[in-house]
Amino acid sequence: MIKFEKVSKVYSANLKSERPTSALEDISFEVKEKEFVSIVGRSGAGKTTLLRLILAEEKPSQGKIFFDEEDITKIKAGELPELRRKIGAVFQDYKLLPAKTTYENIAYALEVIGASEKEIVRDVPKVLEIVGLAERVNNFPAELSGGEKQRAAIARALIHRPEVILADEPTGNLDPYHTLDIIRLLLKINELGTTVILATHNKEIINSLGKRVITLEKGKLIRDEENGRFIL
Amino acid sequence: MFTTLGRIFKFGWQNIFRDGGLTAATIFILFLTISLTTSLFLLKDIGQFLITSLQEKADISVYFKTEANEDDILNVRKELSNIPEVKEIKYVSKEEALSSFIEQHKDSQILMESLEEVGGNPFLASLNIKAFQVEQYQLVANFLENTIYKDLIEKVDYYQRKPVIERIFSLISAINRSGILFSLILVILAILVTFNTIRLAIYNSGEEIKIQRLVGASNWFIRGPFLVQGAISGFFATLICLLIFTLISWQLSPRIDFFFPGLNLFQFFIGNFWIIILIQLATGVGLGIISSAIAVRKYLKV
Repeated sequence: MIKFEKVSKVYSANLKSERPTSALEDISFEVKEKEFVSIVGRSGAGKTTLLRLILAEEKPSQGKIFFDEEDITKIKAGELPELRRKIGAVFQDYKLLPAKTTYENIAYALEVIGASEKEIVRDVPKVLEIVGLAERVNNFPAELSGGEKQRAAIARALIHRPEVILADEPTGNLDPYHTLDIIRLLLKINELGTTVILATHNKEIINSLGKRVITLEKGKLIRDEENGRFIL
Repeated sequence: MFTTLGRIFKFGWQNIFRDGGLTAATIFILFLTISLTTSLFLLKDIGQFLITSLQEKADISVYFKTEANEDDILNVRKELSNIPEVKEIKYVSKEEALSSFIEQHKDSQILMESLEEVGGNPFLASLNIKAFQVEQYQLVANFLENTIYKDLIEKVDYYQRKPVIERIFSLISAINRSGILFSLILVILAILVTFNTIRLAIYNSGEEIKIQRLVGASNWFIRGPFLVQGAISGFFATLICLLIFTLISWQLSPRIDFFFPGLNLFQFFIGNFWIIILIQLATGVGLGIISSAIAVRKYLKV
């Protein structure tokens, strides 16, 4: 359902750096529906850039990206919301709306697709239970800890039952209990039919999953294994 | 559809309170702009009034020789009233001239004594002519030069008055022209300042807007609340402005009346109340909405 064809992303040189920054180089791979794929690599290897490209937050410098058979490199600005509603993104920096409470942040994902009040009132509390934020319903992001913000971001990414979940370091700030919970949650969602793409550099998670692993290094795809392990 | 619309209004309304300081700044700057447009509107009318009073001061007086009899004078008057440019003609007979002089200056001993010295009635009968517009006095003067009754005329004081009348006329047109230009410049400046203030206020929400885009919100879903905020701010600014202007015009009115008799500011204000409300609302709400719309555009490009 997601296909990368020889994708490169180069950021042009700014005033300070003399040479352009190559974030991704000649990446090609395919993710089928209902797959659970992990993207691993050092910090700066290009994991976030890859996820950004799927979300069409950036356009590749070269190559094509297909989402559900459509070439999203040519996508028009007006069609972007429609694409993004099929995706549930967990951002590394959370990207919660600071002026809304936890409840409102998560409800926003449903409001955006025009869900009824009934659905929202029914689903949001459930998801908040699942990620363990029932006590923080009326707090603003500024009042939440890093881990709580991360869980709120995760909740927002799954509430609207997207086709694919892009999770960028979703457990970075979580304690081992929550980390386990979240990974289990992602696995369960995947079982129910959602494609999951997880970017992480957590060795233990990768090794315990036993799922497909794509390894990036300095922008290049160096390994793509079905039953992957995190190899240092 | 309606749920979404309702949500847009809800968000806009929420944001107003959640970002109180920003809202206050927006309302304040809108209030200033609305006050400016309202003041200009009121001033324009004060200006009109002044101009009309100035025009009233301009007139021609025709003095008739002592020998001229009343019938002839009245005939001249009839002929003059046939001229469409003439607004009003007042006939002051010799006797009336004398009695009004005495009435005006009865307390001045010197003048009364001089009058007695001269003996008899030194005053001439006159026709005091007012035209509709200052430019038309020349026409009247020309007419008087060519009338069959010309010989009865002792003096037409237009030619003495002419420079004054012309000066009044050029003053009036200058005021009109510069007034319009000045108002236009001020209003444009005020609009620019307001737009900029709102732009800065929305700059703060730049990150939020980008996040909303990434989560899949459509442009109108993002824009809407900002427009609502702009509109509501404009509405409140108008309310405050209306209140203050009503108070000020009510308080100032008696004092202005003192300086410019006949100019009742409060009366004018109330009389044009609905127009004023309309102008204020249009300026406030319109500016609020348009500024917000333009300011948000930049961040919607993710």
